[in-house]
Amino acid sequence: MAEPISTPVKPPFWNNPQVRAILFQAIALVVTVAFGLYVFDNTQTNLRRLGIASGFDFLSSPSGFDVVQSLIPYSPTSSYGRVFWVALLNTLLVSALGIVLATLIGFVIGIARLSKNWLISRLALVYIETFRNIPLLLQIFFWYFAVLRAMPSPRQSLSLGEAVFLNIRGLYLPAPEFQIGFGWVLAAFGLAAALAWLAARWARRRQRATGQQFPILSVSLALLLGLPSLTFWLAGSPLVWQLPELQGFNFRGGWVVIPEMASLLLALTLYTATFIAEIVRAGIQAVSHGQTEASLSLGLNSSLTLRLIILPQALRVIIPPLTNQYLNLTKNSSLAAAIGYPDLVSAFAGTVLNQTGQAIECIAITMTVYLTISLLISLMMNGYNRRVALVER
Amino acid sequence: MNPLKTLTAAAVLLLAASGLAQAGAALNAIKERGFIKCGVSDGLPGFSYADEKGNYNGIDVDVCRAVAAAVFGDASKVKFTPLTAKERLTALQSGEIDVLSRNTTWTSSRDSAQGMNFTGVTYYDGQGFLVNKKLGVKSAKQLDGATVCVQAGTTTELNLSDYFRANKMKLTPISYDKSDESAKSLEAGRCDVLTSDQSQLYAQRIKLAKPDEYVVLPEVISKEPLGPVVRHGDDDWFDIVKWTLFVMVNAEDLGVNSKNVEEMKKSANPDVKRLLGVEGDKGKDFGLANDWMAAVIKQVGNYGEVFERNVGQGSPLKIQRGLNALWSQGGLQYAPPVR
Repeated sequence: MAEPISTPVKPPFWNNPQVRAILFQAIALVVTVAFGLYVFDNTQTNLRRLGIASGFDFLSSPSGFDVVQSLIPYSPTSSYGRVFWVALLNTLLVSALGIVLATLIGFVIGIARLSKNWLISRLALVYIETFRNIPLLLQIFFWYFAVLRAMPSPRQSLSLGEAVFLNIRGLYLPAPEFQIGFGWVLAAFGLAAALAWLAARWARRRQRATGQQFPILSVSLALLLGLPSLTFWLAGSPLVWQLPELQGFNFRGGWVVIPEMASLLLALTLYTATFIAEIVRAGIQAVSHGQTEASLSLGLNSSLTLRLIILPQALRVIIPPLTNQYLNLTKNSSLAAAIGYPDLVSAFAGTVLNQTGQAIECIAITMTVYLTISLLISLMMNGYNRRVALVER
Repeated sequence: MNPLKTLTAAAVLLLAASGLAQAGAALNAIKERGFIKCGVSDGLPGFSYADEKGNYNGIDVDVCRAVAAAVFGDASKVKFTPLTAKERLTALQSGEIDVLSRNTTWTSSRDSAQGMNFTGVTYYDGQGFLVNKKLGVKSAKQLDGATVCVQAGTTTELNLSDYFRANKMKLTPISYDKSDESAKSLEAGRCDVLTSDQSQLYAQRIKLAKPDEYVVLPEVISKEPLGPVVRHGDDDWFDIVKWTLFVMVNAEDLGVNSKNVEEMKKSANPDVKRLLGVEGDKGKDFGLANDWMAAVIKQVGNYGEVFERNVGQGSPLKIQRGLNALWSQGGLQYAPPVR
């Protein structure tokens, strides 16, 4: 006969840690959502009381103003929504160019900073310490109001072979006009790229199998340049250059890099490149010196050592902080508003907001876009980071 | 920085809009606070301009001082906030300022969708062009292909595009946040033309290093009635700002000015008696002191005095009254009667 065991009293459910955790989370969620709804409803009510229009209908009404730089067709009859895309593309353009240039300059300067040549390393040091320690906005003003304002007027433009002109209104370049048959040139380029890729694969395999090297760089270059050029000649030169011409007040035709864009790009690039240079230097110094010695004693020369041994290992250290710099550069591009470059903040969160008076909507859209761009950059860089990261066996 | 300011203003707007404000509360809040928050321009001689001592001068400034005289009997009870064209409307919407007196053009969308009320017209203006004489341009119709500096977020920006489009001319606009940047760009040659309201062009010109080298083109391409603005929904406050302006115009009409106001109190003219609070109780109707209109005239002056002192013959701008003369002298300034 079993002893009647005094079964322990089942604790009430609110003393169950699991139930409690879920309960608290649910309460927190309800409170947050309720607060959000309250703010939203109150905003709506008060906007109505003040007679301020709300909603996103304004995006389809015509803007009525011009924008100085647009990568897509745009006129004052286009909608505010179109202004958004124009502005977004301008932001992306200056950010993308800035990221590429800052990376190139940053890597070169970072490596130069470690050079054994005293002059080179000191010059790199001076550059880094100067540009890193001056506020970015000040640098933008410097390039815009001091340097680019010193350019001559359109009539006294500096010119290069009557095709490229530089004046206070910008840098005017010949624009390519593609004729029928240019598709063949593009196709030839694609073919050359594919061939170069195959050749590189073959050369790598052969080197692994036999140790013999193949001058893959010069062969690829010859393919990439030669094949399209030959096609270009065979197709009867299907490309004309539209030269900028002085007509009335300004140059017309060709491509123009406006000074607003140039100074913003210069400042962003030179400023961010200093940080990248320091990141690169730190990354390289993080690779133990024994690696270099081992590589040199195996008979690799110093440039191969840098390319094959040091940089791949340094990249593991470099990539995460590099991502931060890319994000900074993109966000800093919003300083464009200070010099009238029509970026997202200036043209959309500025002019459109002002012409429509719909501050909440415009700012919300702008913040969402910057958040999205930043997250995308992070996502891409994290993907790349996973590829170069040390794979532990 | 401007983006930051705009952001802040938007954030404040969000908070203000989500707060619990009540209609008609504006006047009470102002009275309790003890001064008026007035938004003016970031530097426009004749309209709102801070001198070397930091004192603000100009027509737009005097309007705010007049409102302060009306509400508090003391024209000095104003706090001025300089705003760029881009910031001004959000600043008013968000309640950062009580009244915007910043050469702002009265338009239908601002009166409706943007939630504002224009209280009247302090200056009838029109948009024009300022160019360097060296260009040899005699008419705005010759501006095909020109690069034009303009202030961002203004009606000017819209009129400019309209005008070039209507005349089938090519336009390269450079829009700056600050009028000073436009002026600097015109001097440096970044743009061929500066466009703005004509009054502003004259004011901008005297700020240039060599004003004589620049000329204002004859064309006036738009109607720009400039006036003070308040938020939609505060009717009591709206009435006071509106009638302060009317009082100044009526005073000029009746020959009352800051110097003779005490004397005129003895006038036999019933219109003058009502205006100066000698007869009737026009103060109570507005919730103000009975002699508030007299205080406005005494401390700030009538419309003509304000005009001449700031932009007219008593100023470096020397602008003619033109459209801004009284209706009885061929102008457009006309105020409803005080009765």
